[in-house]
Amino acid sequence: MLKLGVPSKGRLMDKTFDWFGQRGVALALSGGEREYAGSVDGVEGVSLVLLSAGEIPRELAAGRIHLGVTGTDMVREKLAFWDARVEEIERLGFGGADLVIAVPDFWSDVETLDDLDAAASAFRAEHGHRLRIATKYHRLVREFLQEAGVSDYQLVDSQGATEGTVANLTAEAIADITSTGETLRANHLRVLGDGLVLKSQATIFRSRAASWTPAIRATWRELAKCLKIETGDE
Amino acid sequence: MPEKARIRAEADRLRAVFEASGAEVVEFDILQPAETLLDLYGEDIRGRAFVTHDPLQGEMMLRPDFTVPLVSRLVREGRREGRFTYAGEVFRRQEQAPDRDAEYLQVGFEIVGGAPAEADAEVFATMADALEPLGLMASMGDIGLLGDAVEGLTASAARKAALRHHLWRPKRFRKLLDAYSGKGKVSAGRRALLDAGSKKTSNAVEIGLRSASEVRARIEALQAEANEPPIPGAEVKLIDMLTGVRGRAPDALSMLADIAVDLPAIEAGVGRFESRLDALSALGVDVDAIQFDASYGRTSLEYYDGVVFGFSAPARPDLPPVATGGRYDALTRALGDPIPAVGGVIRPGIAIALRAL
Repeated sequence: MLKLGVPSKGRLMDKTFDWFGQRGVALALSGGEREYAGSVDGVEGVSLVLLSAGEIPRELAAGRIHLGVTGTDMVREKLAFWDARVEEIERLGFGGADLVIAVPDFWSDVETLDDLDAAASAFRAEHGHRLRIATKYHRLVREFLQEAGVSDYQLVDSQGATEGTVANLTAEAIADITSTGETLRANHLRVLGDGLVLKSQATIFRSRAASWTPAIRATWRELAKCLKIETGDE
Repeated sequence: MPEKARIRAEADRLRAVFEASGAEVVEFDILQPAETLLDLYGEDIRGRAFVTHDPLQGEMMLRPDFTVPLVSRLVREGRREGRFTYAGEVFRRQEQAPDRDAEYLQVGFEIVGGAPAEADAEVFATMADALEPLGLMASMGDIGLLGDAVEGLTASAARKAALRHHLWRPKRFRKLLDAYSGKGKVSAGRRALLDAGSKKTSNAVEIGLRSASEVRARIEALQAEANEPPIPGAEVKLIDMLTGVRGRAPDALSMLADIAVDLPAIEAGVGRFESRLDALSALGVDVDAIQFDASYGRTSLEYYDGVVFGFSAPARPDLPPVATGGRYDALTRALGDPIPAVGGVIRPGIAIALRAL
């Protein structure tokens, strides 16, 4: 069986089901809405694996699923040398979001990463600790800030409600995913002019580690034809 | 003998060489408190070291080097002098270079206190001796020269401090230097902020630990900075000439002496470099064979603020250097006690790999 991993809840799951459905591949939860088991109609030999979007990169890298739908942000954050381990197959055009660095809007002196660096140095001298940036994207943000030469900051882990950390005094700035910027504005935050770390959207990835037997390749060609995806594998 | 045992035996041999030079053998835990390292290196160290967690002791790191634990111990014990050697594993995450080892042995030799020129030369010569049969190429740099040059710029204390802070981040250093010498562009938003200054009222809600008065203070700093005359282009050119100096050590010395005519701030530093070369010659080192590169170690040896050096195999550019080291007075200063100190480490695993050729 070709194992297809898709997000197990929320808008990302609904949109994924819609996208496949429009192309004649019906994904459905079997049983009730609360049961994490599913079915695939339209192509023989595909089994649906429902997973948290954040775990799909790991499952792809381990080869336990053949295909997976998740955000580009997740793959790049969780997998070092991501393109050696998975292949980007198709961008799905939804789940679009930007990973950005944002600071309190009233910091009128901080427009760019260079300003953030200077402000962080002054902050450290004043408060005795590094300027804290709350995020769950540690690797991506660290690499981005290192490349920009920003020092005197530290990352603090925040797995949710990251926009609230500044008001709650657990961080001075944040790095998080935003689609419209609404939540940032509501929390009195503003994106730095050059603070875009990554543009992300829902994408189908193919595992390079999974076992691609002739039968599974045939199933994939069949599925790809339905989805109108070029496989380069005729 | 299995590979690991051979590397261990080479480590023991090297440590014995350093012990014979009068060094005291020291040992350190593999699990080190993360706080000191994070304070020194910030997030960069998290990308390079293995961080783990103990429910009682909090965040810990698998020892990424020996120098920080050694200096921490000396500061704690109030010791300001001595020579030390150690051998043991260090651990480095290799996210960018998966073919490099994440765990390897290091053997170190460190001299704390004493006359700096002689100590620098002795560490270098002792390492060169221990690695003699491998036919290595010796490289040398001196980050202290750039530090001195920054002090000599026609610039405010604030500008000098910012440049000094980024000595080890060449790209950021360059950007600052460009901005300070009038090459940077000022955005419309920044122009408006500079004109209105702290008089400009913002409707934005004040949140977080960084206060409005800190924002005002920085705006004032930005205004002062904007009113400062640019650093003269001739001085920037001298900095570029300085960071571009490379060649055989004696040739580099005469190039540096030439630059010092127009950049007197580095005169003392050039004198220091000359006294290092003299001390090396006195120990029988062929200084003609040392390649000088003023930018050597600038991105990888933060807190090394004097002479830095490395030994590598010219035939094996794929291998990391067999040995690296330098003077790290900035590190002892950052850890609370400004003790002059110099040291270096050898990777016995690389030495063995070269011997096998």
